[in-house]
Amino acid sequence: MKTEHKDYSVVLVGPAGMGIQTVEQALVKILKSAGYHIFATKEYMSRVRGGMNSTSLRVGAVPVSAPVERIDLLLALAPGGVDHVSERISSSTVILGEKEQFEQEIPAGIRMIDVSFERIASAIGNKLYSNTVAVGLLGAVFHVEEAILEDFVLKRFAGKEQKVVEENKKAIQAGFEQGLRLVQSGLLDIRLQPDQRVKNQIVMEGIEAVGFGALAGGCNFIGAYPMSPSTGLLTFLAKHGKRFGVVVEQAEDEIAAIHMALGAWYAGARGIASTSGGGFALMTEGFSLAGMLESPLVIHLAQRPGPATGLPTRTEQADLDLALYAGHGEFPRAILAPGNLQQAFELTRHAFDLADRCQVPVFVLTDQYLADTYYNTEPFDLSDIRVNHHFVETQEGYLRFALTESGLSPRGIPGFGRGFVAVDSDEHDEFGRITEDLNFRTRMVEKRRGKEKFLIEQAMAPTVWPSPKKEHLVVCWGSTLPIVQEALEVLGREDAGLVHFLQVFPLHPSTAEILAQARTRICLEGNAGGQFARLLKAYADVEITHRILKYNGAAFTVEEIVRRLKEILK
Amino acid sequence: MLDEKVFYPGKLDIAWCPGCGNYGILRVLQKALAELGIEPHNLVMVSGIGQAAKLPHYFNCHYFNGLHGRALPAAFAISAVNPNLTVIAESGDGDMYGEGGNHFLHTIRRNPNITNIVHNNMVYGLTKGQASPTSRRGFKTPVQPAGVINEPFNPLAVAIALDASFVARTFIGEAERTKEILKHAIRHPGYALVDILQPCVTFNKVNTYQWFKENTYWLEDHNPLDRRAAFSRAIEESEGGKLPLGIFYINPNKVPYNQAAGLYETDARPLFQRSVDREKLKELLQSYLG
Ligand SMILES: Cc1ncc(C[n+]2csc(CCOP(=O)(O)OP(=O)(O)O)c2C)c(N)n1
Ligand code: SF4
Ligand SMILES: [Mg+2]
Repeated sequence: MKTEHKDYSVVLVGPAGMGIQTVEQALVKILKSAGYHIFATKEYMSRVRGGMNSTSLRVGAVPVSAPVERIDLLLALAPGGVDHVSERISSSTVILGEKEQFEQEIPAGIRMIDVSFERIASAIGNKLYSNTVAVGLLGAVFHVEEAILEDFVLKRFAGKEQKVVEENKKAIQAGFEQGLRLVQSGLLDIRLQPDQRVKNQIVMEGIEAVGFGALAGGCNFIGAYPMSPSTGLLTFLAKHGKRFGVVVEQAEDEIAAIHMALGAWYAGARGIASTSGGGFALMTEGFSLAGMLESPLVIHLAQRPGPATGLPTRTEQADLDLALYAGHGEFPRAILAPGNLQQAFELTRHAFDLADRCQVPVFVLTDQYLADTYYNTEPFDLSDIRVNHHFVETQEGYLRFALTESGLSPRGIPGFGRGFVAVDSDEHDEFGRITEDLNFRTRMVEKRRGKEKFLIEQAMAPTVWPSPKKEHLVVCWGSTLPIVQEALEVLGREDAGLVHFLQVFPLHPSTAEILAQARTRICLEGNAGGQFARLLKAYADVEITHRILKYNGAAFTVEEIVRRLKEILK
Repeated sequence: MLDEKVFYPGKLDIAWCPGCGNYGILRVLQKALAELGIEPHNLVMVSGIGQAAKLPHYFNCHYFNGLHGRALPAAFAISAVNPNLTVIAESGDGDMYGEGGNHFLHTIRRNPNITNIVHNNMVYGLTKGQASPTSRRGFKTPVQPAGVINEPFNPLAVAIALDASFVARTFIGEAERTKEILKHAIRHPGYALVDILQPCVTFNKVNTYQWFKENTYWLEDHNPLDRRAAFSRAIEESEGGKLPLGIFYINPNKVPYNQAAGLYETDARPLFQRSVDREKLKELLQSYLG
């Protein structure tokens, strides 16, 4: 293996239940401790045992935050592993695995180094330690100090039985020695310059960044029903929420979950409803209630491929229309779609403020890819995380739905002030009492819809990169940002750039102007219908000239985008 | 003790039929709350949709009149985020036991400190007379022209089976006793179910005031701490008996949700008075350095 890379792509494959995800977490921590930039994304089957799962790591001397097809080093932990990623193997791939097991699978001309993870592990006591052996081996290959590895084992297995700690330590050591042999014999020669900056950076998954954003945004209530890929947020808040006074309750269904969140907001807390497409489908009636009650609400909608159950553990960006048109009746909403960890934090935090300020439901639209992807990044900026509550102390005669000049009725909460806070799902008067006065109805419809102007005023402008005024623009939204960015770098065309929308609705007023100056506007999104392209046409009258769509359940890769851009920009 | 007039909202156009049992429930509830000295400003009524669910509109208090069947999850959250509020979730039999049936089951399991009042008129009033989950067999409606054939839902038996912490049934024809039961239920820490038999004079010509008088009796020599006995009483009618009234079951050992979840152990303030602890957040972020 040559040393020309700025980063190495390392892939581990094995069946579910074999601990591929544990290895991923271990390697992320260890390689980061050693000063490398690290990126990890997994693809897994919707099953608890068997099948084939893989995790793709990039270990870099420079920041890495996008998946690539290329595999430099493949660790195949069980038969079938090589076949599982065969499309990604090229002549530059080196495969590590037990030669006998993979005889059938290794394509002609591909280098294989015989390493029996299983046999080494069995010698220590249990073949389940194969993954720990793999961690040790990769540690050596990437020149990680043995002490870092041992320290990791001690931390990782702290509190476990002595035997488990000992055997894992041995497994790490055995893997490490094996790795050293490969390095010393010149079979593997990886040289990457560690980067001092990495040490002071954090590393986390997208869903954890959403969780941080929620905490920083003052979220203190979550009722949720588990559903991939949103469950991680519920788990995160369950794990850390107690210290922050967050009420965490597993709801009986998503219908209950959203009504709980609305109840929480009504009484002055900040609730989040977190789910995936199917769960949100159940929530749409409650979503419409948020519109009628003029209640703030934050919805984390983590997309996965549909319709129906679809592909539970895969990714897609096909619920934009769902978020955009959900709920009967007419009322405004905002849809934010983070493109990276920093944005996942910032936008989730912002969603709470925006919802509270404008009394509307706000979506944080993520997907499985973003939720399950790790990399290192600068620590989130916590210097100014004051939560500004936008509720008021009520006075005698308070009217929850008062018609005001600004269009916003100050929001009171029960237990704070001398007024009564009355909200009603029926059409109501200013107090909140049911009414069937049709003239008044018109005013209330206009009042509710009128709040969209606040959302537009506060809309976040799309990010233009690397600089404005490019002849060819790739238009993308949500989680694809870093992938498109890297693809454009690889493509290296002076005349091409990207426009990324982190707020997909309502659009920032500059949208049409930004896009109009380009000759080609290529909309890249992870769905089959070109939903964002349609949104651009409908709300900004922008014509998209080309589309890059993907809807097989896998995330975009850098190479794939490069190929498709080359076809378009011949 | 307050003057019950504090709960009168002033002149309103009430959407109930003359003679409807809902008027009685409104008055009795106002009296019960006044006698308990609960300030209107500390009271939140949560309801769904139906004739019964309009009650909060005729009350001077905070209210959250949400969607059909969905009062309980909202009521749960309100009581969880502000323990200083008295929370009453109130709706009809269709709303609570039909559309909201799943929430009924799971709210009992959660045991939040709320009172769940169900106006049980054994019919859908607002939608003009279809069967409800509690309609008796043979009850004829435009949708069940040959009469109801399904087993009636037995809310008390279900609640007792789930070990609800307080379970009672009463009949609005008996105002004084209903008031006492409501007071007991509202004072009770944890979830309390009060199923109130309420004649619908317009759409239920079978289960009338007269019918309820003839087909109910008050529990005497019953020990509400005896769960098995409570369950037997709850299924008496389905075995050919009458509908018992009174407090069926109390489990004084149940820990209310907020306490079980430890929500106010270290900080008694309702959530709206708190702010984000930046230092703790920094600490947590530190743990992600590797
Ligand atoms: C989702 C939904 N489905 C149906 C309805 C129509 N609906 C309103 S009230 C009601 C039933 C009312 O019966 P009940 O809860 O017993 O209340 P009552 O009017 O008898 O007091 C129905 C079916 C609705 N409002 N929402
Ligand atoms: S329809 Fe029945 S329940 Fe509704 S107000 Fe009239 S009598 Fe009462
Ligand atoms: Mg009814």
